[in-house]
Amino acid sequence: MDALVSQLFAGLSLGSVLLLAALGLALTFGQMGVINMAHGEFMMAGAYTAFVVQKVIADAGVSLLVSLVIGFLVGGLLGLILEITLISRMYTRPLDTLLVTFGVALVLQQLARDVFGAPNVDVRAPAWLSGAVPILGVGIPRTRLFILALAIVCVVALALLLKLSPLGRRIRATVQNRDLAETSGISTRATDRLTFFIGSGVAGVAGVALTLLGSVGPTVGTNYIVDAFLVVVVGGIGQLKGAVIAAFGLGLLSAGFEYSTTASLAKVLLFVVIVAFLQVRPQGLVSVRTRSLA
Amino acid sequence: MLELTGVHVGYGRTSVVHGVDIAVADGGVTAIMGHNGAGKTTLLRAAVGLLPVRSGRVTLFGEDVSRLRPHQRVRRGLAYVPQGQQSFGQLTARENLQLVADGAGSAGAARMDDALDLFPALRDLLGRRAGLLSGGQRQQLAIARALLTGPRVLILDEPTEGIQPSVVQEIEDAIGTLTRTGGLSVLLVEQHVGFALAAAGQYYVLESGRVTRSGAGGADQEADVRAAMAL
Repeated sequence: MDALVSQLFAGLSLGSVLLLAALGLALTFGQMGVINMAHGEFMMAGAYTAFVVQKVIADAGVSLLVSLVIGFLVGGLLGLILEITLISRMYTRPLDTLLVTFGVALVLQQLARDVFGAPNVDVRAPAWLSGAVPILGVGIPRTRLFILALAIVCVVALALLLKLSPLGRRIRATVQNRDLAETSGISTRATDRLTFFIGSGVAGVAGVALTLLGSVGPTVGTNYIVDAFLVVVVGGIGQLKGAVIAAFGLGLLSAGFEYSTTASLAKVLLFVVIVAFLQVRPQGLVSVRTRSLA
Repeated sequence: MLELTGVHVGYGRTSVVHGVDIAVADGGVTAIMGHNGAGKTTLLRAAVGLLPVRSGRVTLFGEDVSRLRPHQRVRRGLAYVPQGQQSFGQLTARENLQLVADGAGSAGAARMDDALDLFPALRDLLGRRAGLLSGGQRQQLAIARALLTGPRVLILDEPTEGIQPSVVQEIEDAIGTLTRTGGLSVLLVEQHVGFALAAAGQYYVLESGRVTRSGAGGADQEADVRAAMAL
């Protein structure tokens, strides 16, 4: 029973990290169709932001909360610069976008090495996140619970933004029909930029969360980028709900496979399941039902 | 008002509209008629800014808007209802309208009420996803959405195409109401020659991207126009 609870929570924990990494992509890739290979480096920028903020604010608890806000702004600004300078010129050329953003990712990694050095750096977790909370007889690390809560807060905030705010309506309208959005009086370029800012900002927040799990290096985001894309594709392009289900589903599956096999074999098995699933349901978990194409 | 002067438009290497001059009359209906492929929709897309004008000018109330983006033209009083009952299918009907009302500031709520008064059937459908509405309902939603921008010139591309007759009548009545009482100028592209001429004060016939006939509208012109278009 203990082992089951432990694995279940390991899956949920991995799922919440995947979800945080994938949430921004659900906007920039899922909603806008931009394959941004530098998304992982926006996470890395968020992680280093936490490191820098802790240099300024010694209290680990306060610095973590401040880092979440500044990490969002740093990730968002990087995304905004990338959108304005490069991606806005390539909306009709996805392959070029992929290559260019891959190049940007390498540049950002090297920049991090030049500024912070090649060795990894550590960010101290606040005292109130140390230790474990006993749940059903199993000790669950507080940091993992915090990340789970953060993922839930981010999902709810993003869902409310998309569903209820004027900006959310503009984003959804622009994604569905750019020409119609423009002729409805919406500046689709301004909407693209804001969408990219928010999506990249969430990557920054995810980066701050990663500092609670381990040390920070220039490639800390790269480790998550493939899995994050998988979450968005399996969840169904453009569907936040799908990304949530996919993140936790893949997290639980991965934890289950790792428990019964090895880490490497678990990865292989996970890919086999995903490939098989996409053969049966190429549109992903959640697809939208409409009477017309419009 | 809206004027297109010596407008050339095309796609890639293909030229579709060749030096067209059209002036939309103040406070009335101006109709453009022509067969499929005559360049009507291409001309309208250039008028609203969805396609670039290769040469010539688009002016709106005396201002050259040829280089402005579509949303900038909308803010200057130009609204467009494209062909094919287009809506944001994954948004509800209310969200389709609210989306435009958001940008209208304090006038948004009043305009929403006016638009729903024009198409009362939409009131019961506001919570439904637009992609699940019928063609006629989607077209009414599209016209209502365009009206929420507070236009002075409304461009309608084949508003009655593929729609059941009872709804066609409602749309035709709405266009009449808007021009009579709303002071709105309408540029109407329509295959339904009888309706277009009856509503229009001025008409143009477009063939192979050129204006081949124009004149004052009126139901009495129908036989001549039909003969000219070989209908």
